[in-house]
Order: sequence, then structure tokens, then C-alpha cells
Amino acid sequence: MITYWQLFIAFFIPGVLGYGGGPASIPLVEQEVVDRFEWMTINEFSEMLAMANALPGPIATKMAGFIGFQQAGVIGSLIAVFATVVPSLLLMILLLRLLMKYKDSPKVKRLTMFIRPTIATLLGVMAFQFFQTASADSGFLTMSSIGLISFILMERLRIHPAFVILAALVFGALFLG
Amino acid sequence: MNQWHLCLAFFRVGILGYGGGPSSIPLVQKEVVSKYKWMDNEEFGNILALANALPGPIATKMAGYIGYRVAGVLGMLTAVLATIVPTIFLMVILLTFLTSASDARWVNGMTEAVVPVVGVMLAVLTYDFLKKAKADLGWFWMIVLAIVSLVVTAFLGIHPAIMIVGLFIVAIFKPDSKKQGGSS
Repeated sequence: MITYWQLFIAFFIPGVLGYGGGPASIPLVEQEVVDRFEWMTINEFSEMLAMANALPGPIATKMAGFIGFQQAGVIGSLIAVFATVVPSLLLMILLLRLLMKYKDSPKVKRLTMFIRPTIATLLGVMAFQFFQTASADSGFLTMSSIGLISFILMERLRIHPAFVILAALVFGALFLG
Repeated sequence: MNQWHLCLAFFRVGILGYGGGPSSIPLVQKEVVSKYKWMDNEEFGNILALANALPGPIATKMAGYIGYRVAGVLGMLTAVLATIVPTIFLMVILLTFLTSASDARWVNGMTEAVVPVVGVMLAVLTYDFLKKAKADLGWFWMIVLAIVSLVVTAFLGIHPAIMIVGLFIVAIFKPDSKKQGGSS
């Protein structure tokens, strides 16, 4: 019982304090899991993080699901994921319902307008970081070839990104390993 | 039908989003706006802004809200579970049975090859947002706001949440006059 409660606390805190999405909550999770509750050593934690990074999907819920499972089985896993996801999701739904209620008001329209360049900038910076990482890992030439080919496939030939990503996965497993 | 489509859409988002939640943003946009047309880019932009301004994982906040918006509480559950369950399952199985799969070179190769693809998707989305911003605000305010955002978030290292909340406040409390760009 006490483990369940501790799991809830350990993942509730990163869930409500981690600004900037899952990856931003990694150090917060580490603090709870390694320093406070001592469920893992720092080495075990970085091993788990490496695996979480190698697999697809959100980082935060993968860590919560795994650590919860390790500490207290399936129920532990459910509690840790719940604590990660639900508080911020509830806040999100409440605020967006409010926003949608007034969506025809000029203030909300203006809000949408003002915010767009900022969102564009955030996405642009992320794109830049992705290209930078790829360039550092697999070289500028490989990065730009994959980038160019996937641009043509997705934007000119209108192929669903799922297929492009699958093709990239196969290519990477065969030639970049 | 919506439940099944939500499940499919967010399953793809979860299983294809390499590099954590934020890299799934363009995938979500593709499914929700381009493929199933549950909302337009404008609404998607608002959701993205709020998801960025609030704490917690981005992917589950977007999945949860979009699921809720399309098909109520059940839709919310479907979308969140489809996003996270398959990869948690993989994680538990892989880490329980083989501890060092992350060292396997081919696994790293897969991740490396996907990063530029996601980069391209993000760049295309950036272009779409800039184009829409230009249409609404005009060249001048679009560039001013974009540069201010870039300086504040990327060069001064101030968290984007602060910038977004600031813009919220300006938009809500500015008196309703003629359309004019915001000061920052």
C-alpha cells in the first residue's frame, strides 16, 4: 500500500512540474526515483533511460510504466502512469473547454493570432535541433539525404508519414547501425 | 467509428514518435488535421499552445484533449491508451527480458534514421504556421513576433510557457480596438 502511494507521489510531482513535455521531466523523475525513494541506482536509471530513448512513444509514460511495474506489478504501473498523465490532462481539458466556449469572442480570436508566430518558432527550433542531432549522429550527408527524400515522399508524393518512417527504420537498422 | 479511428490515429502517433512526446507533434497534426479532419490547423495551434504552456507530457495532453473533443470521455481514454500502452508494453518486455537491447547497434541505427524525417515534418509545420500567421497579422507583425519569440525562448533561455502565458494575457486584457499586432 505504501509503495502505491509513493509511486503516485514520485510521478505526480514530475507530471505537474515538468514544463516542456516528457523529456523535460527526466531529471525530476530521476530525483524522485534515485535520490528520494532509492528504487534504482543512477546506473540502472541511465540504462532504463537509454532504452526509453531507443523506443518510440512518449518518454515520461514509458519511464512511469516501467518503474511502476518493477516496484509493484501491473497495478503499480497503472498508478505511476495515472499520476503522470491525469493531473495535467484534466487541467488541459478544463482550460480548453473554457477557451472553446468563448471561441467566437474577439479576444480568443486575437489570442489564436498572437500565438501562432510563437508556436511556429518553437516548432522551427525543434526542427533545427532534430537536424543538428541527426547531423552529429550520422553525418551531414546522410542526414540531408534522408531529409530530402522524406520531404519529397511526404510533401510532393503525399505518402502518409507512417510509411516514410517505417522505411527510415528499416534503412537505419540495415545501414546506420 | 470515431473510437476506432481515434485508436488507430493515436496508435500510429505513439508507435512512430521517436524522440519522445514532442516529436509526435507533427504526427498528431497529420492524423487529426490532414487525415481525419477532426479540426482545422487553427484549433490545433491553440491546443498545441496550451499543451506547451501547461506542465506534464505533451503527447498525452494532446491525445487526451483531442480524444475528449472528438468522442467524449471514452474517446479521451481511447486516445491516451492508444498513445502510451503499446510502447510501455514494449519497454517492460524488453527491459525485463533483455537488459542491453539498447546497446544493439541496429536499434540505434533505426532511431538515427527517423530523426531527420521528424525534422522535415516539423519544418513543414513551421512553414504552415508562419504562412497562416502572415495571412492574419501581415508580414511585419509576423516577423516581429517570430523574432521576439526566437530571442526570448532560444537565446535568452526563457521557458516558452512564460512567453505563451504573456501572450494570453496581452490578448485577453487588451481593449477591443481595431486589429493591431501585440507588443511583447
